[in-house]
Amino acid sequence: MLTVGLFIPCYIEQLYPEVGLATVRVLERHGVRVEYPEDQTCCGQPMSNTGCTEEARPLAEKFLRLFRGYEHVVAPSGSCVSMVRNHYDGFLAGQPGFDHLKRSTWELCEFLVDVLKLPRLEGAFPHKVGLHQSCHGLRELRLGSGSERRVAPFNKVQLLLSELRGLQLVELARQDECCGFGGTFAVQEEAVSCMMGRDRLADHERAGAEIVTGVDMSCLMHLDGLIRRERRPLQVLHVAQLLDRAEAAA
Amino acid sequence: MSAPPSATGELERTVDHAAAAARFVADDAKAHWHDQALWWVRKKRDAASAAVPDWEALRDAAAGLKAHTLSRLGDYLDEFARNAEARGAHVHFARDAAEHNAIVHGILQERGITRLVKSKSMLTEECHLNPYLEARGVTVTDTDLGERIVQLRHEPPSHIVLPAIHLKKEEIGELFHRELGTAEGASDPKVLTEAARQHLRQRFLEAEAGLTGVNFAIAETGGVVVCTNEGNADMGSTLPRVHIACMGVEKLVPRREDLAVFLRLLARSATGQPVTTYTTHFHGPRPDGELHIVVVDNGRSRQLADPVFRRSLSCIRCGACMNTCPVFRRSGGYSYGYIVPGPIGSILGPARDPAGHRTLPFASSLCGSCSDVCPVRIDLHHELWAWRKELVKRGLLPWRKRAAMKLAGAVLRFAWLYRLAGWVARRLVPALPRRLAYGRWNAWGRQRELPPMPRQTFRQLYRSHRDRS
Repeated sequence: MLTVGLFIPCYIEQLYPEVGLATVRVLERHGVRVEYPEDQTCCGQPMSNTGCTEEARPLAEKFLRLFRGYEHVVAPSGSCVSMVRNHYDGFLAGQPGFDHLKRSTWELCEFLVDVLKLPRLEGAFPHKVGLHQSCHGLRELRLGSGSERRVAPFNKVQLLLSELRGLQLVELARQDECCGFGGTFAVQEEAVSCMMGRDRLADHERAGAEIVTGVDMSCLMHLDGLIRRERRPLQVLHVAQLLDRAEAAA
Repeated sequence: MSAPPSATGELERTVDHAAAAARFVADDAKAHWHDQALWWVRKKRDAASAAVPDWEALRDAAAGLKAHTLSRLGDYLDEFARNAEARGAHVHFARDAAEHNAIVHGILQERGITRLVKSKSMLTEECHLNPYLEARGVTVTDTDLGERIVQLRHEPPSHIVLPAIHLKKEEIGELFHRELGTAEGASDPKVLTEAARQHLRQRFLEAEAGLTGVNFAIAETGGVVVCTNEGNADMGSTLPRVHIACMGVEKLVPRREDLAVFLRLLARSATGQPVTTYTTHFHGPRPDGELHIVVVDNGRSRQLADPVFRRSLSCIRCGACMNTCPVFRRSGGYSYGYIVPGPIGSILGPARDPAGHRTLPFASSLCGSCSDVCPVRIDLHHELWAWRKELVKRGLLPWRKRAAMKLAGAVLRFAWLYRLAGWVARRLVPALPRRLAYGRWNAWGRQRELPPMPRQTFRQLYRSHRDRS
């Protein structure tokens, strides 16, 4: 049986525990054994993205200590996985086990598609869904082809969603526009951040979405904050929760 | 609408992008109009790039050519100067903006020239040439329509390709009524363009010298290439006897055939056109005329010596990163307070003055769209991220942010402390009265609800799940 180390981002552990649990259930349903190293805290992205490298370094080192023994590490977050894959070199290059860790840390959907080779998903989710392509998943992990590049189109998240019975994916006018979260950007540049978020929601509403899903709960947290403040007729659901519910319903 | 930096004076000393952006966003209708105008250009760029087979290979070729040229820039500059002079051009080298301005003024002064027409050149904006010459009695007329509009408003360009993109046609109508005597209330673009054409024609005919920028300079032939859509560079360089072309050292390409790569990328990335309407090659002066080429460093060789930020010197100034940037589209060019705004400007600005432009690398959600749209593959969002590191290293991060990150780092190092802090926050926040939880301190909560504060953490849920199964 394949065993993976489960990497749960700090804010999911504290604020969205259901997203973590849904991740566990989806993985287990596909025959994966999940281990959660309890000493983990945060990948260090907030400090790193603010330029505070020295505050991020001990967290990267801790991450390597906790996860280096696993064949694969899986996380329900594109952004935190990108931190490991694209920004840990500065801290960990040359350390034993780092090359392997970097190559085998996966975002959940990416793991299902690329490592488990797209298992036939048996599930039903009869709703109109808008897919928010989180930027780091899209442009740093290449979960999809992206509208800027002229490459053969592909989209790993959409591939999984298209397996679900009844799910209707709505078509957005700006398919991969940023939601405006951006970590500390959401606070530092509050005015632009919120305008971006509202525009993102308006696009989903115009397309007739009931539910906005995505691979990063942080983007969805920002969008949900706007939805609840403005009582918009939308709901956010992390893709792990969506897959979990769909498969449970099958 | 944020106040533009003065066209005649220096830019504000310290730029506060967030505050300037908030002022722009406050006019919701205008900010949305600006966003949509630029998105329309981005879509045109998408369509134009899709019509080229192997677009991504073309980007690779351009990035490779630029990296190669920069790796032996000194040699190519020598080759260029030698060949240009052999064709009868005068090549001048300027270390900085002051030398550049003095050289241009010297050429005009020696010939007693007081009327200059200018086509678009971001380099002369960078050197603040217009106020320098005007203070010395030279009448300078910008002849690109957008540039002329902002010049008449005493503003700098708000975008490097679309200098007046922040203005609506009604605002231009008012300006032209005041400055060029068009009918009051006239805002039909055809009418306004015709008025500008008549006005500029007069200026072209009176001009004694024409100044242009340079899009590409060819080492192999000693020629310079200027791309415009209005033909104003051609008018300005062929009517008067004296042509001055100003270029940064990074404009070089090795061979004439390299242009095939860059010309296909430039206009498509900039405006979605297959090619600019006029692409003019200048090899030596016209008969009985003079061609002066002023080659400017102004900090570029310092940038070239920096292994992290070197790649940003490859920029061909197409503006695609601005059109795609969700922050630029919503905050306007002036919020950056630098000659080149947007993602590329947020890399170039701090290089010029790190303290004055320290907020610019943070004016990005790091979405990475700029990197993917860039025709020469500058990894813009990674360079922005690298600038943030650099600013911390130089002690330029505001102390409150620095303290918050130090505290977070300390808490997150220890799992028990992190759990304790989380426990306190999850119980404290829901217990606070709303006006305290959403007080002035809470920038998140001004327009957004805080996330839910669940009783249990994932760790607790996971333990019970594991014990059940």
